[in-house]
Amino acid sequence: MRFPRGLVVPLLALAAAEAAMRLSGLESDSIAPPSAIARAFATALADGTLLQATGETLGAAAAGLGLGGGAGLLLAIALGLSPALARLMRVPVDAFRPIPSVALIPIALLAWGFGFPMEIAIVSFACFWPMLIIGQAAIAGIEPRLLEVARVLRLSLPARIGKIVLPAALPRLFVAFRLATAVSLIVAVTVEITTNPLGLGYGLMQAQQALEPDRMFAFLLWLGLVGWGLNALLLVAQRRLFGRAGWVAEEVR
Amino acid sequence: MKQGGELPWWIASIGVALGIVLLWQVAADRGWVSPIFLPGPDRALAALREGFAAGGDLTLHVTTTIEHMLYGWVLASVIGIALGALIGSSRRTRDYLGPTLEFIRPLPASAIAPVAIAFLGLSQPMVLAVIAFGSVWPTLLATAHGVASVEPRLIEVARALRLSRLQVMFKIALPNAVPDILAALRYGLTVALILAVVGEMLAGQEGLGHRIILAARSFRSPDLFAGVILLGLIGFTSNALLAVAERRLLRWQGR
Repeated sequence: MRFPRGLVVPLLALAAAEAAMRLSGLESDSIAPPSAIARAFATALADGTLLQATGETLGAAAAGLGLGGGAGLLLAIALGLSPALARLMRVPVDAFRPIPSVALIPIALLAWGFGFPMEIAIVSFACFWPMLIIGQAAIAGIEPRLLEVARVLRLSLPARIGKIVLPAALPRLFVAFRLATAVSLIVAVTVEITTNPLGLGYGLMQAQQALEPDRMFAFLLWLGLVGWGLNALLLVAQRRLFGRAGWVAEEVR
Repeated sequence: MKQGGELPWWIASIGVALGIVLLWQVAADRGWVSPIFLPGPDRALAALREGFAAGGDLTLHVTTTIEHMLYGWVLASVIGIALGALIGSSRRTRDYLGPTLEFIRPLPASAIAPVAIAFLGLSQPMVLAVIAFGSVWPTLLATAHGVASVEPRLIEVARALRLSRLQVMFKIALPNAVPDILAALRYGLTVALILAVVGEMLAGQEGLGHRIILAARSFRSPDLFAGVILLGLIGFTSNALLAVAERRLLRWQGR
């Protein structure tokens, strides 16, 4: 086995942090030695708070991804199949897309108050765009001869979409789905950090405000693991499902 | 498609957009949606006019948000290009740092905000640190990728010409990475605007992020919508400007 060079830097950093904190005997409200962070992580894992917060965050992210991503996919199919509709919607899409999703937090707060619905609404808005933009390009880029075949076979519209359009665009649609998944987690955590008293983002914020840096870094590390794991999982799925096609879809993105 | 054939479509598309605004107005006037959180476009525009009139505070908040976004973005871009060039140019640094960076990258940038608050307090530097941390990744990774993917024959040419490492970097590797870097810079600016809003919401000082949260807390929905419209405009304009710059700078590619 090759020498795992990638592990050197994080391990050295951890050891240096531990040694520096021990030797200086520093008591701080903003930083904690790695050993204390590990203890806080074990505590949060044992008393269930960590897993509950993870469930809340992932639940809101998944619901928003389903709603917003689904709506984005539907519109992507419509705009991808009809160039006329795509041209008509150009200005509205360009006008709404640049609105930062976080700017909608106060509006959702007025409409729904704290809780899951407002978080899901914002995640939906954020996930709608990557699905729409990449999906539309994917569907508009389908080999025209496939659509001609569909016409010759006199397939109905649902059959045309289900049997020709979606399978042909699937590798690139999966890339869009992967991006939207990353966006859903990012936006869910952001909503929790700024306003919503739920999930991992709120757990992080709470630990900071309670001046418990060990707990804060434990949550942060866990959040990093969750994000990394989710991304790795989807990358493996993409490679398994689409092989070379997935790789090509990534390149032309 | 001919140029002349596009114009009617643009006009029609603008018509669709105006139709949506009209629908919004009707929905607000008829009370289909509670006016507490959906003011009509007329009231949002009035709030905009008032905010920019003498004695209004919108000019201050808009410039603050744009400043936050730009400072954080410039900081992130400089760090991203420098670190990216360093990492991309050597296989060894890639081996040592790559996995660590791959782990940090998917971390939601706003998650660093509590840590930044712990170190810097609810302050301007905290906002800038969060923006810089979040928008450094696209630029860093794109630069590393662009620098690492130089055509091998160009490297052979450089060796034949006995160029120093620094010369190779500035004459061959970085120019090779320019298209990647420009695209990443544009994306980084979008991220910077989002994080500027997040930072301002948390820091509670100046800026549109703070203003729209305040407007929501006191149920002033026209002010809230005015702020959201301005944020959309800032996002649209900054993206459009960088897209133009990108096209001009990449003209040599001649597709």
